[in-house]
Amino acid sequence: MQLNIKYFGLIAELTTCNEETLEFSEATIADLKEVLVEKYPELKTKDFQIAQNKEIVSSNAIVSGEEIAILPPFSGG
Amino acid sequence: MSDKKPKNVFVEGPITSEFIGNSIAKHQTKTSIGAHNIFLGQVRADDIEGKVVSAIDYTAYEDMANEKFHEIREATFDKFNLTCMHIYHSLGKVKVGEICLFVFVSSPRRKEVFKALEYVVEEIKAKAPVFGKEIFEDETHQWKENT
Repeated sequence: MQLNIKYFGLIAELTTCNEETLEFSEATIADLKEVLVEKYPELKTKDFQIAQNKEIVSSNAIVSGEEIAILPPFSGG
Repeated sequence: MSDKKPKNVFVEGPITSEFIGNSIAKHQTKTSIGAHNIFLGQVRADDIEGKVVSAIDYTAYEDMANEKFHEIREATFDKFNLTCMHIYHSLGKVKVGEICLFVFVSSPRRKEVFKALEYVVEEIKAKAPVFGKEIFEDETHQWKENT
């Protein structure tokens, strides 16, 4: 499936884009993490969470095809 | 939980004292209120290994953040006896000494607003996908992390 992935903050700096579409054929968020780390090896050393359809999801969640966002630690306020 | 649509919490640039003053003035007609409590987050000139922060440039996953702010609002109304609540957060550049977060809670009674305000601010810090880039006086930067 085609996944629309958004990047924010420190992560967007590292990927040098705010958004991209990736072809994804595996199943879980953990698989997606592997794909991303392969594409952007520096991600391996960074702390980030993944949101799917605007909710934080755990590694064993199934990738649904809805919007994905890669979020570094929050620093609002 | 109400089915109201999330409001937009974000404002471009710093939150001015005029804006905050006007916001207080607008509540004069709400005469069941006996107590307001206000939190103002101000950008601090942190000294990090000899470099001094001059501004924070805020970005956010706005759609998710507005949903989270909405959930926090609803949960706060469920927990505390509040008459009203307002949350504003800056996007873009906010210089040191300027205000980047304005939370305003109102209730008939003071004890509720003391508890509610702390709850709201802590929830925002933990759950809102907002990202602050600390810009130093020499134009280099680092990404802030809430502790």
